[in-house]
Amino acid sequence: MLTITSITKGIVIDHIKAGMGIKIFNYLGLDKADYRVALIMNTDSKKLGKKDIIKIENVIDIDYTMLGIIDPNMTIDIIENEVIKEKIKPSLPEMVENIIKCKNPRCVTSIDKYTPHIFYLVDEEKGEYRCKYCDEAYTLGDK
Amino acid sequence: MLKGRNLIDPMDFTIEELVEIFDYAEEIIENPKKFSHVCDGKLLATLFYEPSTRTRLSFEAAMLRLGGEVLGFSEANSSSVAKGESIADTIRTVGCYADIAVMRHPKEGAPRVAAMNSNIPVINAGDGGHQHPTQTLTDLLTIRSVKKELSNLTIGLCGDLKFGRTVHSLIKALSRYENNKFVLISPNELKIPDYIRKVVLEKNNIEYVEVQRLDEVMESLDILYMTRVQRERFFNEEDYIRLKDSYILNAEKMKKAKKDMIVLHPLPRVNEIDYEVDKDERAYYFKQAKYGMYVRMALMAKLLGVDEEC
Repeated sequence: MLTITSITKGIVIDHIKAGMGIKIFNYLGLDKADYRVALIMNTDSKKLGKKDIIKIENVIDIDYTMLGIIDPNMTIDIIENEVIKEKIKPSLPEMVENIIKCKNPRCVTSIDKYTPHIFYLVDEEKGEYRCKYCDEAYTLGDK
Repeated sequence: MLKGRNLIDPMDFTIEELVEIFDYAEEIIENPKKFSHVCDGKLLATLFYEPSTRTRLSFEAAMLRLGGEVLGFSEANSSSVAKGESIADTIRTVGCYADIAVMRHPKEGAPRVAAMNSNIPVINAGDGGHQHPTQTLTDLLTIRSVKKELSNLTIGLCGDLKFGRTVHSLIKALSRYENNKFVLISPNELKIPDYIRKVVLEKNNIEYVEVQRLDEVMESLDILYMTRVQRERFFNEEDYIRLKDSYILNAEKMKKAKKDMIVLHPLPRVNEIDYEVDKDERAYYFKQAKYGMYVRMALMAKLLGVDEEC
């Protein structure tokens, strides 16, 4: 059994879809952290079967909406004195730029490298976005 | 206020703004001479990254008949894009020379990229298999002029509903008017894309049916919109050859149609409408092309803001 101690003050990002933890780890630049950080992959989860967890022993500034794009089902716990002070569920931004890449080979973004990939939210519940240029659909969680 | 605006998607304008354009187009039809100098000194840039004689000529004729002038290119090879210039840089440069630009591009969304980077109005003249809003204005003006309304109609759309951008734009536009029904006639391989079915039809509770045979629905239609099965939209030749003759309108099928049904087609046709149908007074596709020029005249005058001076 792998044991990782609880943290006193910091952030726990929990219920990350297994395999997505490394993406979030990289997005937050945690590979360059000079404080204690743990990335736990493929741990057991009642809800998900398997999940990833990230524990950060520091209070850092996080753009929660952008995390929601990577995995809308994750939870973010703010820890103080070893207890959860706040639980945050990321909401989805109305529009995202250069986060989701359009995969439609007929889209202008496939030939014009100077054009940013822009997706707008059409259905928050389903996590569905559409390309601003060609209307190609993208549902969060799709790889 | 339409002055300075772009037209990229058929839904860019409100119903009231469309009425403004159509009313102006009808004024032009009644007395074209009165409008022959409203665009004196104005320059239209035609940026055609793929060949389209018909749409380009329609825009050019429209600007010339308003008294303006035209410059541009008609294929990507002869433009700076061949040297690797971005769409944004092209439109920024064109904006230094011209007062308004019209763009056709094989890639979906290219005119939107242009509009986002332009200081002059940009009109989408077709972006890949995606949208073709000025064809939609043409279709709406034709229907309005003949049927006297844009509501309470049963519209049959036949042929290539998957790649046919005119069809997508027309469905979006007619969905905004009350009590319209759609009959979608195509082979399984060429059905309308999912986003039109879900985001436009089902989300707005619009009645529609999907069928595979044209003759069995003829008598229910007020409008039959025929489309060509386009070779350039197919990835392989075999599929094209197999499907291109699937849906042909002939005099026999026309016998089943209502007396006041009208047949529309964005043109050019290949063989999907038999030449014998041309003699039928319900064949409106050539008149439709004329409405197309008039509606483009009205659109450009409105976007340039010259209509108030008339």
